[in-house]
Amino acid sequence: MKVLLRNPRREIEVDGPMTVAKLLDRLDLNPESVLVIQGDTLVTRDVRLGDADTVEIRPVTSGG
Amino acid sequence: MRCRRCRARAVIDLRRHNAGFCRECFLRYFQGQVERAISHDHMIGHGERVLVAVSGGKDSLALWDVLTRLGYEVDGLYLGLGIGDYSDGAARSVREFARGRPGRLIEVDLSAEYGFDVPAGAAATRRAPCGTCGLSKRHIFNDVARREGYDVLATGHNLDDEAAVLFGNVLRWETSYLGRQAPILAATDGFVRKVKPLFRVTERESAAYCVLVGIDYQVEECPMAEGNRHLGYKEILDELERRSPGTKTAFLFGFLERGRPRFVTEVDAERAALGSCSECGAPTPGETCAFCRLRHRVTGGSQTSVQLRVGS
Repeated sequence: MKVLLRNPRREIEVDGPMTVAKLLDRLDLNPESVLVIQGDTLVTRDVRLGDADTVEIRPVTSGG
Repeated sequence: MRCRRCRARAVIDLRRHNAGFCRECFLRYFQGQVERAISHDHMIGHGERVLVAVSGGKDSLALWDVLTRLGYEVDGLYLGLGIGDYSDGAARSVREFARGRPGRLIEVDLSAEYGFDVPAGAAATRRAPCGTCGLSKRHIFNDVARREGYDVLATGHNLDDEAAVLFGNVLRWETSYLGRQAPILAATDGFVRKVKPLFRVTERESAAYCVLVGIDYQVEECPMAEGNRHLGYKEILDELERRSPGTKTAFLFGFLERGRPRFVTEVDAERAALGSCSECGAPTPGETCAFCRLRHRVTGGSQTSVQLRVGS
């Protein structure tokens, strides 16, 4: 699957299928600090992603 | 995962509430949390004019959007900080958001109006840029709100912001700051009422709100905030939250209910002792306020009169 990461913006390929929770775990990301976006909506941790999927993992933490 | 309210497919899981929500029920939940904050703390009265400080980020734009949907008379105030491409992107996000919306956008450019920007302020003071940024924002937001006759100044501080500030103040036992930390600060001589209607929602929730209603906010983080102490506190609190959902909520709300009252007396005494800045008239404990001192230090100090640029 294609995974878009931000700050800095970059795209990586991850082999599926796997759940969103597993994907975040593999990328060592805290689920409390990000949103997982697919198209114009969000996906929850239990959603299973396949090789053909594209998701954005967007950090939500602001420093100001 | 199913929506706790309607059993449709959930789009977001909120572990602190042990709940998932579909799009519609999440938006209702989010708006409900803001309404609850406003009514419980009497933040905004009927017919009052509200000025929202907007940065182009998720929180302030979500706040402007929700307040408008709740029927409040809202204008936005954007302060250009002069942080290169980051500030250019922020201004674009704010203007795009404000276009075609009820309410006007007021823009103030720190460099054009006061003769310095955040990088210059940080260089002159040899301190972290976030200090210059925060001081400038607090001063100018209050100043514009007063001069333009607004009843309320609203900022997008969320539960994570407040928990991180509290964490830092507790670590150093800043008792004066602890007494001052509240979702509402009443108007006093020289200060317009300040409110934080998002203090009941996390920043993950306000980002989710923006994505789900289609607000194109600035995702990029301020390059000058990278590695700052506030972000470090948030990282620690998020790790605690991951291990034990609801920790941040309990920390902040426990403080507001049971901790803060013990520190308020000190703040009342400090506010009562404030005079007016000899240059700009802002409340200050000394002869000259901190913002004017900063401006002098960076520019050598000419008095300026602020020009407001008003958009849609």
